This record gives sequence, structure tokens and C-alpha cells, in this order.
Amino acid sequence: MKIIVTSVLVDDQAKALRFYTETLGFEKKHDVPLGEHRWLTVTSSGEPDSVELLLEPSEHPAAKPFKEALMRDGIPYTMFGIDDVEAEHKRLTELGVIFTQPPTKHGDVTTAVFNDTCGNLIQILQQHES
Amino acid sequence: MTRKNAAELDAVLHALADSTRRTILEELSNRNEQALFEICVRLVEGYGLSIKRQSISKHLAVLENAGLIHTSWQGRTKLHSTNLPSVVPLITQWLNNHTQDSL
Repeated sequence: MKIIVTSVLVDDQAKALRFYTETLGFEKKHDVPLGEHRWLTVTSSGEPDSVELLLEPSEHPAAKPFKEALMRDGIPYTMFGIDDVEAEHKRLTELGVIFTQPPTKHGDVTTAVFNDTCGNLIQILQQHES
Repeated sequence: MTRKNAAELDAVLHALADSTRRTILEELSNRNEQALFEICVRLVEGYGLSIKRQSISKHLAVLENAGLIHTSWQGRTKLHSTNLPSVVPLITQWLNNHTQDSL
């Protein structure tokens, strides 16, 4: 068994697609109309065969209170890897992205947390060579 | 000391009479405006404290009620900052009132 798709619950799929591609730099993989919404996935840049991230509408009644509670407590539910957290923090901040936690080193890793404008906090993580 | 001040001093001293809560204040004095998530991470990684998030949330409420921390919002994320300097007069006033004779 392999992990092929994982999801992030987004308030608005069109807005999410713009943020995840234009701001974060992911690439659109699938965009299939599916009833009221779309089967909409993105992949890491230059890796179209890698794990897909599904931009899933947060339509279930339980999604809203769940997301709000995580947001309130500053909890990132999704994590992406990056080579240089400091540089990415600078790049994204200049694009207007709001960070709830600036780059912070914990042992072998540096992390930061930002708001994806679609109701989620995302953690980015850089693994230092030990 | 007025009754109101006495109640405030009770709350402050009660809140400070716990090493976890004092550690949280120390962490916030290093960096203000931390969300619950970040405080939990710092307590685990910096101090090896294994405390449930729910428990830290309760500690933060005690600190906030005692006026030892204040909170602000960044979007819909709640951030915590230390307010420790503001309670110093309350404590020193009490100490001064009851130590002058012996000095």
C-alpha cells in the first residue's frame, strides 16, 4: 500500500487553487468537475508523480468547528518540507502570507507556521543534517 | 490593602505557585505572542515536560485570569504574551507593607 493522496479541507476551492499554486508554488494535477465541487489536486513542483494534495471543500458540518478550534489554538494539521525555512518565510511574508509562528529551531529541525487563507494553519519544516 | 487588591494578590500568588505555570511565563518572556500549539512544543522540547495540551490550556486560563498574561488575536489564532511586569507593584506593595518594621 502507498500513500497517493492526502487532503486539506479548504473554505473555497478556487481561492485555494490560487494560493497553493501561485503563492506556495505547487502544480495543479487533477481538476475534475464533481457535482457542486471539483476533484482538485496539486503536487510538489516538478514532481507530477508524487503524492497529491486534494483541496477538499470543508463542507461537512463538523469541518468548520474542527478547523476553527485548530486555528484558535495555533495547531497546524498539515506539514510541508522545505530546504530553507528562513528563506521561505521571507519570500512568503513578502507575498503577504501571515505567519503565526516565525522560524524556530528545535534540535535537528527548523519549523514555521503560516495561515493558508483557506481556514488552515500549515507547518513548514526543514531537516538539518545531523 | 483593599479587598480588591487582596483578591488580585490571591490570584497572582496562586497562579505563580505552580512550576509549570512559571515555566510558561519564562517561555513567554523569551518570545511573546505564542499560540497554544507553540507553547506546547516549547515545553516538550525545551523542558521535556510531557503535559497534555488540555492541561496547558487550563494553566493558560489560570494565568490569564490572574492578569499574568494577556492575549491578542492574529486572524482567528489566539496568541499569549507575558504580563508579569504589571503585577510587580501588587507584590512589592504587600511585601513592603509587612517588612518595613523588621528592616
